[in-house]
Amino acid sequence: MKTKKHLLGALICIPLLFACEALGPQEPEEYELLDGPVEDLNQAEAKRFIEGDKAFNDQIFTVETGLGPIFTGTSCVSCHAGDGKGHPFVKFTRFGQGLPGVKNYLDQGAPQLQNRAIPGYEPETLPPGVPHADLIAPIVTGLGFLDAVSDEDLLAMADPDDLDGDGISGRVHWNDRPDYVNDRTGTISENGKYITRFGKKAGMYDLLQQTADAYNQDIGINSFYEPYETYSGDKVQPEIDRATINDVVFYLKTLKAPLPRDQDNPDVIAGSTLFESAQCIACHKPTLRTSYSPIVAISYKEFHPYTDLLLHDMGPELDDGYTEGYAFSSEWRTAPLWGIGLAKDSQGGEYYLMHDGRARSIEEAILLHGGEAQNSRTSYQNLGQHEKEQLLTFIESL
Amino acid sequence: MKIFTSNYLKASLLLFSFFCVGNLLAQEYETEQENSNDDNHLNMDAVFSRPSLKFDKVPVALGGYLEANTMHRTEEGISEGLSFQARRLTIFMAASISERVKFLTEIEFEDGGKEVAIEFAALDVAFHPMFNFRGGIVMNPIGAFNENHDGPKWEFVERPDVAVNMLAATQSNAGFGMYGKTYSGNWIFGYEAYLTNGFNSKIISNEEDKTFLPAYKEGEDLFEENFSGKAMFSGKLAIKNRKIGEIGLSYMGGVYNKFEDDGEEIEDKARVDVFAIDWNTTIKATGTYIVGEAAFVRVQTPETYTPQYGNKQHGVFMDVVQPVYKKKIFEWEDATFNVAARFDYVDWNVGKFEATNTNIGDQIIAITPGISFRPTSKTVFRINYRYEWQNDIINNPAERAATWYMGFSSYF
Repeated sequence: MKTKKHLLGALICIPLLFACEALGPQEPEEYELLDGPVEDLNQAEAKRFIEGDKAFNDQIFTVETGLGPIFTGTSCVSCHAGDGKGHPFVKFTRFGQGLPGVKNYLDQGAPQLQNRAIPGYEPETLPPGVPHADLIAPIVTGLGFLDAVSDEDLLAMADPDDLDGDGISGRVHWNDRPDYVNDRTGTISENGKYITRFGKKAGMYDLLQQTADAYNQDIGINSFYEPYETYSGDKVQPEIDRATINDVVFYLKTLKAPLPRDQDNPDVIAGSTLFESAQCIACHKPTLRTSYSPIVAISYKEFHPYTDLLLHDMGPELDDGYTEGYAFSSEWRTAPLWGIGLAKDSQGGEYYLMHDGRARSIEEAILLHGGEAQNSRTSYQNLGQHEKEQLLTFIESL
Repeated sequence: MKIFTSNYLKASLLLFSFFCVGNLLAQEYETEQENSNDDNHLNMDAVFSRPSLKFDKVPVALGGYLEANTMHRTEEGISEGLSFQARRLTIFMAASISERVKFLTEIEFEDGGKEVAIEFAALDVAFHPMFNFRGGIVMNPIGAFNENHDGPKWEFVERPDVAVNMLAATQSNAGFGMYGKTYSGNWIFGYEAYLTNGFNSKIISNEEDKTFLPAYKEGEDLFEENFSGKAMFSGKLAIKNRKIGEIGLSYMGGVYNKFEDDGEEIEDKARVDVFAIDWNTTIKATGTYIVGEAAFVRVQTPETYTPQYGNKQHGVFMDVVQPVYKKKIFEWEDATFNVAARFDYVDWNVGKFEATNTNIGDQIIAITPGISFRPTSKTVFRINYRYEWQNDIINNPAERAATWYMGFSSYF
């Protein structure tokens, strides 16, 4: 009898255990996360997304696997935690170029300062008095959509001579590009220059260039695409295979666009109207449209990045004296605002906004806008406290 | 020593042979269980306080333990489903070569034989209770768990984070040293001191992307060559009062990098220093057993290296085990049900970011309640539920994970 009781007790315990599975952490809502693929990838694309995800988020480079010898980070994820904005502990210093088209200090490691080194090596140091800017990594979600906007659409948004007289004179960045990139559908060139769109100065043509350059300049990983070692300048054997780089590019192209939150909140709705009336939308375009992409899920889609991908003069406060390509040092590409409300979740619970993280809140970021954005900044300053809060609530909801 | 596929069959055959010979010779055997709570034992004695088969007239004892479990883990609401794990099979062999000369080895097969390691293989020569020589592959006496890690002794499927994910349990190295014990009334005092091979540069260059002492095991020729060329010292002082409990203070440290090659200095010397304190006690009135360990790591990293690899770490674990039902069950005399709880905490990168003056993350906190059933003291069935919060280096919102374990561990 006693034995039966013991047996019964033991048997009862087992189902109880698994009934408690609900105690585990629940999956966050989709809109709370930056990572995850775009909808409607086919199975082959989904597998490739996962491969890219592993390389981007899990692959850590060590001395043995090619890290450095001089570098700024050890992996993609060390700069882009959770696919979000970077943290100032891994900042990038670019240096050497003060004027459009004039590259200097190439023999001293420009344009990127590799400020870390593996044991036994010395990292680069900034030459005295050299023009430079500190940068933190941008959010990487939704990049496939930005990549698939046609050059024609970018040119249509540009108004370099401010012909419409609104004080905004955004321009595309006509720039050089490496030979290894492929033409985007409908790409437009002019005098051997192409429209480049990625990076803080819109200096990169596409995500392949951005990725290969980041492996090389940030981690010290040479590839078929970027075979020159940053330390010695020698052409060396690839330390990563082409397939991995291409998988990472595919991953970046197919990361979903950040989802806006709290869109029924009256303050968000009112803030949206204020955003428009303050002419913020002149540069932070709410809606763009992709053209053809071989990835069906991002082909001919409307999306809401709050950028025009153009260069704008942002005034003296944001002019660090450093530039890239043919941009002026006061010019910066309009940063997409999507996902800005989730930036804190990848920046350790704090805001580090603008190109170098100097703005510690959205309001501080607005108040750093000058140049072409001066009027919008003034409009914001003229708002009442409640309206300001509504505008900030709206931006935070993106 | 890692023995990979090419040597795996040989090792298996060797062990199998030992078993066959042992069985043939065994005219009668006795089993022996020396509980770690035994009044005369300290943690440092754990390597010899295990049950084993002894064969009449043959000065050899054999033993071992097996650990297996199921596991169901959910991370942020996403689960990879149920897994069955045969974590480790460990074989002990001991021999009394003469009255004062003993040999013991412990060979561990982990993950179904994917990794085979000699965890301990040492010759002990007793000169005096306060002075015994030990040489071979020895376990570095850091903390309590490293030397006292047998699965059947613990109520939890997972080993403590601080012991295996900050320190490197089970950490053993080639080397030699001495140990001893002395008794006075209710007091027992023990010490250990060894010089062994040390760590290597993997501890600051690994795929964990953090200073990670266990990564030293990925180094080559661990038992043949000292990576730094400088001996590592590890030592421990332990004191126990039979009525109160035991406390141990331990240290391990040395140069970990190859700072010279071919007589040329190629790097600055870099040290790793580890301090640990461990304790255990049983509250007589309730039978509650409490055991824990705290450790502090200091690693010199080059100033120009990435802050991803921290130079300070600390961590702690504490288990509380409460026997709640001890009776004859299914013909097992003194079968025991216990409830238990573990607290784990590790911070792999203590300090602040220079750029922002904010705290560096890279830490984990976990709590693990559990129930265990011991039909005998040598066998444990255990059900654990571990809930953990892990922060990345930037201190972003913690990733939460919950894991159910159901498994057993038994000496044989």
